[in-house]
Amino acid sequence: MEDAVVDWSRAQFALTAIYHFLFVPLTLGLGFIVAIIETIYVKTGDAIYKKMTKFWMTLFAINFAIGVATGLIMEFEFGTNWANYSWFVGDIFGAPLAVEGILAFFMESTFFAVMFFGWDKVGKKFHLLSTWLVAIGSNLSALWILVANGWMQYPVGMEFNPDSVRNEMVNFWEVLFSPVAVSKFLHTIGSGYVVSALFVIGVSSWYLLKGREVEFAKRSIIVGATFGFIASLFLTLSGDESAHQVALKQPVKLAAMEGLYEGKSEAGIVGLGVLNPKKTLTNDEHPYLFELEMPYALSLLGYHDIHAYVPGLKDLVYGNKEQNIMSVEEKMQKGALAVKSLEEYKEAKKAQDEQKAQDARKMLDENMAYFGYGHIKKAEDVVPPIAITFYAFHVMVLLGGWFLTLFGVVLFLATKKDITKNRVVLKAALFSIPLGYIAAEAGWIVAEVGRQPWAIQDLMPVGVAATKIASTNIMISFWMFAFLFTLLLIAEIKIMTKQIKIGPDGGH
Amino acid sequence: MGFGDLELLTLQQYWWIIISLLGGLFVFMMFVQGGQTLIDKLSANETEKTMLINAIGRKWELGFTTLVLFGGALFAAFPLFYATSFGGAYWVWLAILFCFIIQAVSYEYRTKPDNFLGQKVYEFFLKVNGYLGVFLLGVAISTFFSGAEFKLTTHNFVEWQNPLRGLEALFEIKNYLLGFALVFLARISGALYFISSIEHDMIKDRAVKSIRVDMVMFLAFFLSFMGWMLTKDGFSVDASGVVFMQEQKYLLNFLEMPLVLGIFLAGVLMVVGAVYMAVVHKKTCCIKTGGVGIVLTVMAILLNVGFNGTAYYPSVSDLQNSLTITNSSGSHYTLVAMSYASLMVPFVLGYIALAWYSMDRVKITKEEIESPDAHNY
Ligand code: HDD
Ligand code: HEM
Ligand code: HEM
Repeated sequence: MEDAVVDWSRAQFALTAIYHFLFVPLTLGLGFIVAIIETIYVKTGDAIYKKMTKFWMTLFAINFAIGVATGLIMEFEFGTNWANYSWFVGDIFGAPLAVEGILAFFMESTFFAVMFFGWDKVGKKFHLLSTWLVAIGSNLSALWILVANGWMQYPVGMEFNPDSVRNEMVNFWEVLFSPVAVSKFLHTIGSGYVVSALFVIGVSSWYLLKGREVEFAKRSIIVGATFGFIASLFLTLSGDESAHQVALKQPVKLAAMEGLYEGKSEAGIVGLGVLNPKKTLTNDEHPYLFELEMPYALSLLGYHDIHAYVPGLKDLVYGNKEQNIMSVEEKMQKGALAVKSLEEYKEAKKAQDEQKAQDARKMLDENMAYFGYGHIKKAEDVVPPIAITFYAFHVMVLLGGWFLTLFGVVLFLATKKDITKNRVVLKAALFSIPLGYIAAEAGWIVAEVGRQPWAIQDLMPVGVAATKIASTNIMISFWMFAFLFTLLLIAEIKIMTKQIKIGPDGGH
Repeated sequence: MGFGDLELLTLQQYWWIIISLLGGLFVFMMFVQGGQTLIDKLSANETEKTMLINAIGRKWELGFTTLVLFGGALFAAFPLFYATSFGGAYWVWLAILFCFIIQAVSYEYRTKPDNFLGQKVYEFFLKVNGYLGVFLLGVAISTFFSGAEFKLTTHNFVEWQNPLRGLEALFEIKNYLLGFALVFLARISGALYFISSIEHDMIKDRAVKSIRVDMVMFLAFFLSFMGWMLTKDGFSVDASGVVFMQEQKYLLNFLEMPLVLGIFLAGVLMVVGAVYMAVVHKKTCCIKTGGVGIVLTVMAILLNVGFNGTAYYPSVSDLQNSLTITNSSGSHYTLVAMSYASLMVPFVLGYIALAWYSMDRVKITKEEIESPDAHNY
């Protein structure tokens, strides 16, 4: 496959996914926040909670519309841009997507209409139920797509079928309950809750800074900060579990996240650091220009054991006998053997030589785990872009710490003191809104860039996965998406800020 | 007994039926698209326009989601079609998707203050979605009968043979027949929907008038399409999987599958009946009858092209690469797993019907739209 085709396909997928994920987190969390506020309203009958519900719901809808618009593209892009991938793993990968449609999207969209237009048409209870179902439905959407993503990071529950030349599902439950899928789901919905809580306290803080809507804003802050504080704790725990899973299943990614070239026991985490751009796998430059290390932390995070050995990029690429790590060179040989056996198998089948086909099949099965390495050209190619992965990871973790602190402080001030007097904290809350989005996108960069060059870990590199098409086509569609989505994003932000300025007493 | 005991072929057929049903539901939901092309024609002032937009605005999500599910179900049940058609006919599908992206934001953003592009642009988006989106879908589906230019490698990877990547379907005038038929059908069902959900005499009168014209146009295109399809050579598959051309294959399919023919005729009759009741007897009920009719008609057409030894996605570049429901499907295991998931469908349809009913029990009136407390699009 032409390099340009692969690069443009990756760029297009990255662009559309990043846009989609600008809107998804708010849907995931704000849905629950609205549902909680409406529940308080139904329980107490206090009109201010109805006003709060309606206001946050309006913002939810503005965001939701564009989330749906960008999601549609994602759904079909596996086919349009990753056609070979779609065939190779469609038998497994398609199922969660279809289930998502049946179980989640309809729930979301049906009850969305009730939640929005039903205020005077259906009873209070039915309305509240609808709001909860929208929130649950959107989180279910996240579940199924993350199961699909978890599967490509750690393919399980399937077998390769040389006759159809594809992987076929043999165990649905293994796919659904794969530890990678589970931790991915928990961590990602957690990130949505945090982003939403930041949004709620940030917008409310803006009102307080302006001296407007004081009662409304204070109550919103309490709900938002409580939700956010709990979600932050949950996010940290699930982030730790995510890192643990990466260590076990994608050690190259873990090493790239930490810029770890030489493996070591009792490895620390570089909390803050600057990578040395001159460093390569083969030279002796120091990996960092500047670093601040937390001792033992990486061994602990990755393997839940401060003494654990964490393999570095060099060990993973060139092998390490002592630690029993196979070199990529060796994996490439096995991979090449698998690819060759598949061809032999197909030829033997065609020639109706059963014996030969069986031998080839046996050879194939033995080496199938390394199938993807058969397409790798040189060992160093299995290393993802280190700098992007490293910085994205560190930005995410640092921001995670900041959010936890912020929610704690805000919650304390809002309940025990008079938060309206503390303008610094209010400003910090306001300016943390974009930080939430940055952290969430950074997390995805870690997950997806850190996975390169694999579309499916160890089985299919991106170069084989892409659709065969002249690269100009993708270049054109890339710019069309960039243009249209940017236009819509600007519209969304303008409408959203305007609605916030109008405030809860305006129209909706 | 569970799905696991069924033969692979039975499961493939089961899933083709589901795909056909989804296709039918999707075309029915296109009353939203049809309605979008009518908003100017049926309204005399802003309030009336807002009434129209709100009537369909409460339903657009459902059609949109059906499209999404259609994609997902194809991916899971017929992955080779998903890979071949979406990856191969790249531009047709992207064009369709673009027409739908702009629909999703238009309702919500149209009248919001400070909406950047202005109300006119969002309404233009709705028109593009209503006309072009529907038309292109019709053209894409028409290639099920006219064929597409692709080959598959030994690894089943698609190699499209035309640099226009799907847009070449637009150079086959016969594909336009289904495209236009769908556009006019959508307008008819859109008008029927307005008649049933809005309490406003002038709008009703205008809707009836528009149906009269659109029905004539629809019949002209639809009957031409049927005429072409029933007389043309079709793509047949024999028992060993070899594809060959057969005269009047699709006509033969109807004759050999009387049940499918029956569904088709019943569907067409229901659509015609619904229009008759609405236009002549001024009934307001008829979106239901018409809707069921549309679902049945479309279902029957898709069943015709998928069953009875027919290649539903034919390749004119290499006949033997054509896709049939047997050579393009998921594995036995996956189809079984998916079939269990499909048991949820009646439940889903149930709550959709419930929500729909409780929302539409109260018709849209001028008073509601003008009330300061209303949530309007
Ligand atoms: C508000 C956003 C946010 C914040 C503050 C954090 N994360 Fe995160 N992180 C995400 C949002 C996110 C995410 C967007 O949800 C990702 C992308 C893919 C995924 O599974 O979740 C992610 C991925 C992700 C991955 C990669 C998973 C993979 O490659 O499959 C790891 C190892 C962590 N996170 C670990 C952490 C740790 C230790 C944090 C410390 C507090 C942390 N994250 C905070
Ligand atoms: C919505 C949040 C997501 C974001 C922000 C995101 C981000 C990215 C980025 C940046 C890339 C390009 C990586 C590179 O080429 O270096 C990428 C590629 C890709 N992602 Fe994601 N991703 C997201 C979710 C998903 C999910 C849920 C799936 C699967 C179910 C997925 C599947 C893919 C595929 C197939 C590619 C292309 C192949 C590749 O480059 O590896 N992504 N994504
Ligand atoms: C890259 C793979 C992805 C695909 C194919 C995809 C597909 C879609 C589609 C088709 C929709 C529109 C649904 C509708 O019509 O109602 C949608 C919306 C949504 N998606 Fe995604 N999605 C992807 C990534 C993600 C991720 C990673 C998450 C969350 C973690 C997510 C969560 C949601 C949610 C909550 C919605 C509701 C709409 C909104 O947020 O505004 N999606 N997605």
